[in-house]
Amino acid sequence: MRSAHEPGHLLVVDDNKVNRILLSRGLEQQGHKVDTAENGKQALEKLRVDSFDLVLLDIEMPEMNGYQVLETCLQDPELRDIPIIMTSSLDEIDSVVKCVELGAEDYLNKPVNPILLRARVNASLEKKRLRDEQRKLFRTFATKEVADELLRTGFSLGGEYVNASVMFADIRSFTSIGEKQEPADTIELLNNYFALMFEAIVNNNGTVNQLEGDGFMAIFGAPIRHDGHREHAVRAALEMTELLKVFNAEQAAQKKVQIKIGIGIASGRVIAGYTGTQHRATYTCVGDTVNTAARIEKYTKEAHKAVLIDRHTKEGLPNNIEVESLGSILFQGKQLPIHIFAVNG
Amino acid sequence: MPLIDQQIFNELKQISGADFINELIDAFLDDAPNMIQNMQIALDTKDVESFRRNAHSLKSNANTFGATELGLLAKELEFMAKENNLDIGNRLEVLKKAFEKASEELKGMRI
Repeated sequence: MRSAHEPGHLLVVDDNKVNRILLSRGLEQQGHKVDTAENGKQALEKLRVDSFDLVLLDIEMPEMNGYQVLETCLQDPELRDIPIIMTSSLDEIDSVVKCVELGAEDYLNKPVNPILLRARVNASLEKKRLRDEQRKLFRTFATKEVADELLRTGFSLGGEYVNASVMFADIRSFTSIGEKQEPADTIELLNNYFALMFEAIVNNNGTVNQLEGDGFMAIFGAPIRHDGHREHAVRAALEMTELLKVFNAEQAAQKKVQIKIGIGIASGRVIAGYTGTQHRATYTCVGDTVNTAARIEKYTKEAHKAVLIDRHTKEGLPNNIEVESLGSILFQGKQLPIHIFAVNG
Repeated sequence: MPLIDQQIFNELKQISGADFINELIDAFLDDAPNMIQNMQIALDTKDVESFRRNAHSLKSNANTFGATELGLLAKELEFMAKENNLDIGNRLEVLKKAFEKASEELKGMRI
Protein backbone atom coordinates (compact mmCIF):
# COMPACT_ATOMS: atom_id res chain seq x y z
CA MET A 1 0.00 0.00 0.00
CA ARG A 2 1.39 3.36 -0.96
CA SER A 3 1.48 6.07 1.65
CA ALA A 4 -0.78 9.09 1.43
CA HIS A 5 2.22 11.36 1.31
CA GLU A 6 3.98 9.85 -1.60
CA PRO A 7 5.06 12.65 -3.96
CA GLY A 8 3.21 13.24 -7.18
CA HIS A 9 3.84 14.94 -10.50
CA LEU A 10 1.86 18.18 -10.43
CA LEU A 11 1.06 20.87 -12.96
CA VAL A 12 0.56 24.43 -11.72
CA VAL A 13 -1.34 26.56 -14.22
CA ASP A 14 -1.40 30.30 -13.55
CA ASP A 15 -0.79 33.30 -15.78
CA ASN A 16 0.59 35.16 -12.79
CA LYS A 17 4.29 34.70 -12.10
CA VAL A 18 4.06 35.39 -8.35
CA ASN A 19 1.27 32.86 -7.94
CA ARG A 20 3.15 30.28 -9.99
CA ILE A 21 6.26 30.67 -7.85
CA LEU A 22 4.30 30.61 -4.61
CA LEU A 23 2.42 27.45 -5.51
CA SER A 24 5.21 25.56 -7.20
CA ARG A 25 7.83 26.29 -4.52
CA GLY A 26 5.32 25.41 -1.82
CA LEU A 27 4.56 22.08 -3.49
CA GLU A 28 8.22 21.35 -4.15
CA GLN A 29 8.92 21.91 -0.47
CA GLN A 30 6.31 19.22 0.21
CA GLY A 31 8.28 16.84 -1.96
CA HIS A 32 6.32 16.95 -5.21
CA LYS A 33 7.68 17.28 -8.71
CA VAL A 34 6.14 20.40 -10.22
CA ASP A 35 5.80 21.72 -13.77
CA THR A 36 4.19 25.05 -14.59
CA ALA A 37 2.15 26.49 -17.44
CA GLU A 38 1.33 30.15 -18.04
CA ASN A 39 -2.02 29.69 -19.72
CA GLY A 40 -4.66 27.13 -20.61
CA LYS A 41 -3.26 26.31 -24.02
CA GLN A 42 0.18 25.60 -22.64
CA ALA A 43 -1.38 23.52 -19.87
CA LEU A 44 -3.23 21.26 -22.32
CA GLU A 45 -0.09 20.84 -24.41
CA LYS A 46 1.83 19.69 -21.33
CA LEU A 47 -0.99 17.43 -20.15
CA ARG A 48 -1.04 15.68 -23.52
CA VAL A 49 2.67 14.88 -23.67
CA ASP A 50 3.50 14.16 -20.04
CA SER A 51 1.66 12.28 -17.34
CA PHE A 52 0.44 14.22 -14.30
CA ASP A 53 -1.20 13.16 -11.03
CA LEU A 54 -2.85 16.48 -10.27
CA VAL A 55 -3.46 19.92 -11.78
CA LEU A 56 -3.76 23.18 -9.86
CA LEU A 57 -5.69 25.42 -12.19
CA ASP A 58 -6.23 29.18 -12.10
CA ILE A 59 -9.59 30.40 -13.40
CA GLU A 60 -8.68 33.86 -14.75
CA MET A 61 -6.21 33.44 -17.60
CA PRO A 62 -5.68 34.82 -21.09
CA GLU A 63 -5.62 32.55 -24.19
CA MET A 64 -7.71 29.84 -22.60
CA ASN A 65 -9.20 30.27 -19.13
CA GLY A 66 -9.64 27.75 -16.33
CA TYR A 67 -13.20 26.82 -17.31
CA GLN A 68 -12.18 25.98 -20.84
CA VAL A 69 -9.26 23.86 -19.65
CA LEU A 70 -11.48 22.08 -17.13
CA GLU A 71 -14.18 21.37 -19.73
CA THR A 72 -11.64 20.15 -22.27
CA CYS A 73 -10.07 17.80 -19.74
CA LEU A 74 -13.41 16.40 -18.60
CA GLN A 75 -14.40 15.62 -22.17
CA ASP A 76 -11.11 13.94 -23.02
CA PRO A 77 -11.01 10.25 -21.99
CA GLU A 78 -7.23 10.48 -21.66
CA LEU A 79 -7.34 13.49 -19.34
CA ARG A 80 -10.61 13.25 -17.43
CA ASP A 81 -9.16 11.13 -14.64
CA ILE A 82 -6.56 13.69 -13.64
CA PRO A 83 -7.94 15.52 -10.61
CA ILE A 84 -8.09 19.29 -10.94
CA ILE A 85 -7.97 21.70 -8.01
CA MET A 86 -9.14 25.20 -8.88
CA THR A 87 -7.14 28.06 -7.45
CA SER A 88 -8.85 31.41 -7.18
CA SER A 89 -9.04 34.59 -5.19
CA LEU A 90 -11.67 34.89 -2.50
CA ASP A 91 -14.01 37.05 -4.56
CA GLU A 92 -14.34 34.42 -7.28
CA ILE A 93 -16.38 32.04 -5.16
CA ASP A 94 -19.21 31.89 -7.72
CA SER A 95 -16.81 30.77 -10.42
CA VAL A 96 -15.32 28.18 -8.08
CA VAL A 97 -18.71 26.71 -7.30
CA LYS A 98 -19.38 26.45 -11.03
CA CYS A 99 -16.09 24.59 -11.52
CA VAL A 100 -16.74 22.13 -8.73
CA GLU A 101 -20.20 21.50 -10.18
CA LEU A 102 -18.61 20.89 -13.56
CA GLY A 103 -16.32 18.28 -12.08
CA ALA A 104 -13.31 19.94 -10.48
CA GLU A 105 -11.99 17.92 -7.58
CA ASP A 106 -11.60 20.74 -5.09
CA TYR A 107 -10.55 24.39 -4.75
CA LEU A 108 -8.05 26.55 -2.93
CA ASN A 109 -8.13 30.26 -2.23
CA LYS A 110 -5.15 32.42 -3.11
CA PRO A 111 -2.84 33.33 -1.48
CA VAL A 112 -2.72 29.69 -0.59
CA ASN A 113 -2.34 28.59 2.99
CA PRO A 114 0.42 25.94 3.04
CA ILE A 115 -1.34 23.66 5.51
CA LEU A 116 -4.51 23.68 3.45
CA LEU A 117 -2.44 23.19 0.31
CA ARG A 118 -0.78 20.12 1.76
CA ALA A 119 -4.06 18.65 2.96
CA ARG A 120 -5.99 19.20 -0.27
CA VAL A 121 -3.18 18.07 -2.53
CA ASN A 122 -2.49 14.91 -0.56
CA ALA A 123 -6.18 14.05 -0.33
CA SER A 124 -6.59 14.45 -4.09
CA LEU A 125 -3.47 12.44 -4.84
CA GLU A 126 -4.61 9.66 -2.53
CA LYS A 127 -8.03 9.55 -4.15
CA LYS A 128 -6.43 9.37 -7.58
CA ARG A 129 -4.15 6.54 -6.46
CA LEU A 130 -7.12 4.56 -5.19
CA ARG A 131 -8.97 5.11 -8.46
CA ASP A 132 -5.90 4.10 -10.46
CA GLU A 133 -5.47 0.95 -8.39
CA GLN A 134 -9.14 0.12 -8.75
CA ARG A 135 -8.93 0.58 -12.49
CA LYS A 136 -5.78 -1.52 -12.72
CA LEU A 137 -7.52 -4.25 -10.80
CA PHE A 138 -10.52 -4.18 -13.10
CA ARG A 139 -8.32 -4.12 -16.16
CA THR A 140 -6.86 -7.42 -14.97
CA PHE A 141 -10.26 -9.02 -14.92
CA ALA A 142 -12.17 -7.25 -17.63
CA THR A 143 -11.98 -5.27 -20.82
CA LYS A 144 -11.29 -1.56 -20.81
CA GLU A 145 -14.97 -0.94 -21.67
CA VAL A 146 -16.20 -2.90 -18.68
CA ALA A 147 -13.68 -1.29 -16.35
CA ASP A 148 -14.75 2.15 -17.56
CA GLU A 149 -18.42 1.25 -17.26
CA LEU A 150 -17.93 0.05 -13.71
CA LEU A 151 -16.11 3.22 -12.72
CA ARG A 152 -18.62 5.40 -14.56
CA THR A 153 -21.68 3.91 -12.91
CA GLY A 154 -19.97 4.25 -9.55
CA PHE A 155 -20.66 0.62 -8.64
CA SER A 156 -24.36 0.99 -8.03
CA LEU A 157 -25.31 -2.23 -6.34
CA GLY A 158 -28.65 -2.71 -8.13
CA GLY A 159 -29.48 -6.04 -9.76
CA GLU A 160 -31.10 -6.83 -13.10
CA TYR A 161 -32.03 -9.71 -15.40
CA VAL A 162 -29.52 -10.14 -18.19
CA ASN A 163 -29.15 -12.69 -20.98
CA ALA A 164 -25.61 -13.86 -20.66
CA SER A 165 -23.23 -16.78 -20.98
CA VAL A 166 -21.53 -18.07 -17.88
CA MET A 167 -18.25 -19.97 -17.93
CA PHE A 168 -16.61 -22.06 -15.26
CA ALA A 169 -13.07 -23.35 -15.69
CA ASP A 170 -10.98 -25.58 -13.50
CA ILE A 171 -7.64 -27.37 -13.55
CA ARG A 172 -8.05 -31.16 -13.37
CA SER A 173 -6.62 -32.82 -10.23
CA PHE A 174 -4.96 -29.65 -9.12
CA THR A 175 -4.71 -30.73 -5.50
CA SER A 176 -2.42 -33.62 -6.38
CA ILE A 177 -0.31 -31.30 -8.57
CA GLY A 178 0.11 -29.04 -5.58
CA GLU A 179 1.31 -31.91 -3.46
CA LYS A 180 3.99 -32.94 -5.95
CA GLN A 181 5.88 -29.65 -6.16
CA GLU A 182 7.19 -26.71 -4.15
CA PRO A 183 4.52 -24.19 -3.00
CA ALA A 184 6.31 -21.39 -4.87
CA ASP A 185 6.15 -23.42 -8.10
CA THR A 186 2.45 -24.01 -7.61
CA ILE A 187 1.72 -20.31 -7.16
CA GLU A 188 3.89 -19.44 -10.14
CA LEU A 189 2.08 -22.03 -12.24
CA LEU A 190 -1.29 -20.63 -11.21
CA ASN A 191 -0.28 -17.06 -11.96
CA ASN A 192 1.10 -17.91 -15.40
CA TYR A 193 -1.96 -20.00 -16.13
CA PHE A 194 -4.42 -17.29 -15.03
CA ALA A 195 -2.57 -14.64 -17.02
CA LEU A 196 -3.07 -16.65 -20.22
CA MET A 197 -6.67 -17.63 -19.52
CA PHE A 198 -7.76 -14.10 -18.56
CA GLU A 199 -6.16 -12.84 -21.72
CA ALA A 200 -8.41 -15.17 -23.73
CA ILE A 201 -11.50 -14.12 -21.74
CA VAL A 202 -10.87 -10.40 -22.03
CA ASN A 203 -10.02 -10.74 -25.74
CA ASN A 204 -13.49 -12.14 -26.26
CA ASN A 205 -15.39 -9.47 -24.31
CA GLY A 206 -15.67 -11.51 -21.15
CA THR A 207 -15.26 -10.51 -17.53
CA VAL A 208 -13.63 -12.72 -14.92
CA ASN A 209 -15.61 -12.15 -11.79
CA GLN A 210 -14.68 -14.93 -9.43
CA LEU A 211 -11.46 -16.65 -8.64
CA GLU A 212 -11.29 -19.56 -6.28
CA GLY A 213 -8.24 -21.73 -5.91
CA ASP A 214 -7.45 -23.02 -9.39
CA GLY A 215 -10.91 -22.30 -10.78
CA PHE A 216 -12.66 -19.20 -12.00
CA MET A 217 -15.96 -17.95 -13.30
CA ALA A 218 -16.37 -15.59 -16.24
CA ILE A 219 -19.39 -13.76 -17.65
CA PHE A 220 -20.07 -12.83 -21.27
CA GLY A 221 -22.79 -10.33 -22.21
CA ALA A 222 -22.71 -8.48 -18.88
CA PRO A 223 -22.15 -5.90 -17.49
CA ILE A 224 -21.74 -4.66 -21.08
CA ARG A 225 -24.41 -6.20 -23.32
CA HIS A 226 -23.25 -8.14 -26.36
CA ASP A 227 -25.67 -10.05 -28.58
CA GLY A 228 -22.89 -12.43 -29.52
CA HIS A 229 -22.16 -13.47 -25.93
CA ARG A 230 -22.65 -17.22 -26.61
CA GLU A 231 -20.19 -17.23 -29.47
CA HIS A 232 -17.81 -15.01 -27.48
CA ALA A 233 -17.82 -17.46 -24.58
CA VAL A 234 -17.13 -20.45 -26.81
CA ARG A 235 -14.43 -18.64 -28.76
CA ALA A 236 -12.81 -17.72 -25.47
CA ALA A 237 -12.92 -21.39 -24.43
CA LEU A 238 -11.30 -22.45 -27.69
CA GLU A 239 -8.63 -19.78 -27.32
CA MET A 240 -8.02 -21.00 -23.77
CA THR A 241 -7.42 -24.57 -24.94
CA GLU A 242 -5.05 -23.30 -27.65
CA LEU A 243 -3.14 -21.18 -25.14
CA LEU A 244 -2.99 -24.13 -22.78
CA LYS A 245 -1.16 -26.14 -25.45
CA VAL A 246 1.48 -23.39 -25.62
CA PHE A 247 1.59 -23.24 -21.84
CA ASN A 248 2.10 -27.00 -21.54
CA ALA A 249 4.82 -26.98 -24.20
CA GLU A 250 6.67 -24.35 -22.17
CA GLN A 251 6.16 -26.31 -18.98
CA ALA A 252 7.49 -29.47 -20.65
CA ALA A 253 10.55 -27.61 -21.93
CA GLN A 254 11.32 -26.59 -18.35
CA LYS A 255 10.57 -30.10 -17.10
CA LYS A 256 7.64 -28.76 -15.15
CA VAL A 257 4.23 -30.27 -14.59
CA GLN A 258 1.64 -30.04 -17.38
CA ILE A 259 -2.04 -29.44 -16.74
CA LYS A 260 -5.44 -30.25 -18.17
CA ILE A 261 -8.50 -28.07 -17.78
CA GLY A 262 -12.24 -28.42 -18.00
CA ILE A 263 -14.51 -25.62 -19.22
CA GLY A 264 -18.29 -25.56 -18.86
CA ILE A 265 -20.55 -22.94 -20.45
CA ALA A 266 -24.28 -22.33 -20.06
CA SER A 267 -26.35 -19.48 -21.46
CA GLY A 268 -29.63 -17.91 -20.44
CA ARG A 269 -31.18 -15.42 -18.10
CA VAL A 270 -29.16 -14.54 -15.02
CA ILE A 271 -29.55 -12.03 -12.24
CA ALA A 272 -26.57 -9.74 -12.46
CA GLY A 273 -25.41 -7.02 -10.13
CA TYR A 274 -22.92 -6.05 -7.51
CA THR A 275 -22.86 -7.94 -4.29
CA GLY A 276 -20.99 -6.93 -1.21
CA THR A 277 -20.70 -3.54 0.39
CA GLN A 278 -19.66 -0.16 -0.95
CA HIS A 279 -16.12 -0.94 0.16
CA ARG A 280 -15.79 -4.42 -1.11
CA ALA A 281 -18.07 -5.40 -3.94
CA THR A 282 -17.91 -7.78 -6.83
CA TYR A 283 -19.93 -7.99 -10.01
CA THR A 284 -21.64 -11.32 -10.06
CA CYS A 285 -24.38 -13.39 -11.64
CA VAL A 286 -26.66 -15.81 -9.89
CA GLY A 287 -29.44 -18.09 -11.01
CA ASP A 288 -30.07 -21.41 -12.63
CA THR A 289 -27.82 -20.71 -15.62
CA VAL A 290 -24.85 -20.17 -13.30
CA ASN A 291 -25.63 -23.39 -11.48
CA THR A 292 -25.89 -25.27 -14.77
CA ALA A 293 -22.55 -23.94 -16.02
CA ALA A 294 -20.88 -25.12 -12.81
CA ARG A 295 -22.44 -28.60 -13.17
CA ILE A 296 -21.40 -28.85 -16.81
CA GLU A 297 -17.85 -27.91 -15.93
CA LYS A 298 -17.72 -30.69 -13.32
CA TYR A 299 -19.02 -33.10 -15.96
CA THR A 300 -16.05 -32.45 -18.30
CA LYS A 301 -13.98 -34.83 -16.19
CA GLU A 302 -16.44 -37.69 -16.57
CA ALA A 303 -16.97 -37.00 -20.26
CA HIS A 304 -13.22 -36.65 -20.94
CA LYS A 305 -13.85 -33.47 -22.88
CA ALA A 306 -12.18 -30.10 -22.40
CA VAL A 307 -15.09 -27.86 -23.39
CA LEU A 308 -18.76 -28.62 -22.78
CA ILE A 309 -21.74 -26.35 -23.42
CA ASP A 310 -25.51 -26.49 -23.00
CA ARG A 311 -28.13 -26.37 -25.76
CA HIS A 312 -28.83 -22.63 -25.31
CA THR A 313 -25.17 -21.86 -25.90
CA LYS A 314 -25.00 -24.17 -28.92
CA GLU A 315 -27.96 -22.38 -30.52
CA GLY A 316 -26.01 -19.12 -30.56
CA LEU A 317 -23.02 -20.51 -32.46
CA PRO A 318 -22.21 -20.04 -36.13
CA ASN A 319 -21.84 -23.14 -38.31
CA ASN A 320 -18.08 -23.03 -38.41
CA ILE A 321 -17.79 -24.01 -34.74
CA GLU A 322 -18.06 -27.80 -34.60
CA VAL A 323 -20.01 -29.37 -31.78
CA GLU A 324 -20.81 -32.96 -30.88
CA SER A 325 -23.97 -33.98 -29.02
CA LEU A 326 -23.35 -35.99 -25.85
CA GLY A 327 -27.07 -36.48 -25.22
CA SER A 328 -29.09 -35.32 -22.25
CA ILE A 329 -27.73 -35.58 -18.76
CA LEU A 330 -29.79 -35.31 -15.59
CA PHE A 331 -27.60 -33.59 -13.05
CA GLN A 332 -28.19 -34.20 -9.39
CA GLY A 333 -30.59 -31.70 -7.91
CA LYS A 334 -31.97 -30.66 -11.31
CA GLN A 335 -35.57 -31.23 -12.37
CA LEU A 336 -34.91 -31.56 -16.09
CA PRO A 337 -32.13 -33.22 -18.07
CA ILE A 338 -29.76 -30.89 -19.90
CA HIS A 339 -28.67 -31.48 -23.46
CA ILE A 340 -24.86 -31.29 -23.50
CA PHE A 341 -22.55 -30.65 -26.44
CA ALA A 342 -18.79 -30.97 -26.67
CA VAL A 343 -16.96 -28.28 -28.61
CA ASN A 344 -14.09 -29.65 -30.64
CA GLY A 345 -11.47 -27.04 -31.33
CA MET B 1 -1.57 53.56 6.38
CA PRO B 2 1.76 51.77 5.86
CA LEU B 3 2.40 50.77 2.26
CA ILE B 4 3.12 47.17 3.14
CA ASP B 5 1.14 45.44 5.86
CA GLN B 6 3.89 43.89 7.99
CA GLN B 7 1.71 41.14 9.36
CA ILE B 8 0.67 39.91 5.92
CA PHE B 9 4.22 40.20 4.62
CA ASN B 10 5.62 38.25 7.57
CA GLU B 11 3.05 35.53 7.05
CA LEU B 12 4.06 35.33 3.42
CA LYS B 13 7.71 35.10 4.45
CA GLN B 14 6.81 32.29 6.80
CA ILE B 15 4.83 30.46 4.13
CA SER B 16 7.42 30.87 1.42
CA GLY B 17 10.43 30.48 3.65
CA ALA B 18 13.19 33.06 3.72
CA ASP B 19 14.79 31.18 0.83
CA PHE B 20 12.53 32.39 -1.86
CA ILE B 21 10.91 35.56 -0.56
CA ASN B 22 13.48 37.41 -2.69
CA GLU B 23 12.47 35.43 -5.75
CA LEU B 24 8.84 36.30 -5.05
CA ILE B 25 9.54 40.02 -4.60
CA ASP B 26 11.59 40.06 -7.80
CA ALA B 27 8.85 38.29 -9.70
CA PHE B 28 6.34 40.88 -8.54
CA LEU B 29 8.57 43.85 -9.30
CA ASP B 30 9.26 42.32 -12.69
CA ASP B 31 5.68 41.40 -13.56
CA ALA B 32 3.56 44.19 -12.06
CA PRO B 33 4.85 46.93 -14.44
CA ASN B 34 3.68 44.72 -17.34
CA MET B 35 0.22 44.47 -15.80
CA ILE B 36 0.06 48.23 -15.34
CA GLN B 37 1.28 48.78 -18.88
CA ASN B 38 -1.32 46.30 -20.15
CA MET B 39 -3.98 48.23 -18.26
CA GLN B 40 -2.85 51.45 -19.93
CA ILE B 41 -2.95 49.80 -23.38
CA ALA B 42 -6.34 48.26 -22.64
CA LEU B 43 -7.62 51.64 -21.53
CA ASP B 44 -6.36 53.29 -24.73
CA THR B 45 -7.85 50.56 -26.94
CA LYS B 46 -11.02 50.28 -24.79
CA ASP B 47 -10.38 46.58 -24.20
CA VAL B 48 -12.49 46.17 -21.07
CA GLU B 49 -11.77 42.45 -20.67
CA SER B 50 -7.99 42.84 -20.78
CA PHE B 51 -8.21 45.81 -18.41
CA ARG B 52 -10.26 43.80 -15.93
CA ARG B 53 -7.98 40.76 -16.09
CA ASN B 54 -4.81 42.76 -15.53
CA ALA B 55 -6.40 44.71 -12.69
CA HIS B 56 -7.45 41.40 -11.20
CA SER B 57 -3.91 39.99 -11.36
CA LEU B 58 -2.39 43.12 -9.89
CA LYS B 59 -4.94 43.12 -7.06
CA SER B 60 -4.24 39.47 -6.31
CA ASN B 61 -0.46 40.02 -6.16
CA ALA B 62 -0.70 43.23 -4.17
CA ASN B 63 -2.78 41.45 -1.56
CA THR B 64 -0.31 38.57 -1.45
CA PHE B 65 2.46 40.99 -0.37
CA GLY B 66 0.27 43.03 1.93
CA ALA B 67 0.37 46.07 -0.39
CA THR B 68 -3.09 46.88 0.84
CA GLU B 69 -3.59 50.31 -0.70
CA LEU B 70 -2.40 49.15 -4.12
CA GLY B 71 -4.68 46.14 -3.79
CA LEU B 72 -7.69 48.33 -3.04
CA LEU B 73 -7.00 50.62 -5.98
CA ALA B 74 -6.65 47.65 -8.33
CA LYS B 75 -9.79 46.08 -6.94
CA GLU B 76 -11.78 49.25 -7.58
CA LEU B 77 -10.58 49.32 -11.20
CA GLU B 78 -11.32 45.62 -11.65
CA PHE B 79 -14.82 46.23 -10.35
CA MET B 80 -15.40 49.19 -12.68
CA ALA B 81 -14.25 47.14 -15.67
CA LYS B 82 -16.54 44.34 -14.62
CA GLU B 83 -19.38 46.87 -14.83
CA ASN B 84 -18.13 47.75 -18.31
CA ASN B 85 -17.08 51.16 -17.08
CA LEU B 86 -13.70 52.49 -18.24
CA ASP B 87 -14.51 56.03 -17.11
CA ILE B 88 -11.84 55.80 -14.49
CA GLY B 89 -10.67 59.42 -14.24
CA ASN B 90 -7.12 59.62 -12.87
CA ARG B 91 -7.34 56.33 -10.97
CA LEU B 92 -4.72 54.58 -13.11
CA GLU B 93 -2.27 57.42 -12.41
CA VAL B 94 -2.97 57.13 -8.68
CA LEU B 95 -2.42 53.37 -8.93
CA LYS B 96 0.90 53.84 -10.75
CA LYS B 97 2.15 56.11 -7.94
CA ALA B 98 0.96 53.65 -5.30
CA PHE B 99 2.86 50.88 -7.06
CA GLU B 100 6.07 52.93 -7.23
CA LYS B 101 5.94 53.61 -3.50
CA ALA B 102 5.07 50.01 -2.63
CA SER B 103 7.82 48.66 -4.87
CA GLU B 104 10.41 50.91 -3.21
CA GLU B 105 9.40 49.55 0.15
CA LEU B 106 9.41 45.94 -1.10
CA LYS B 107 12.91 46.35 -2.51
CA GLY B 108 14.07 47.29 1.00
CA MET B 109 12.45 44.17 2.40
CA ARG B 110 14.55 41.78 0.37
CA ILE B 111 16.74 39.68 2.62
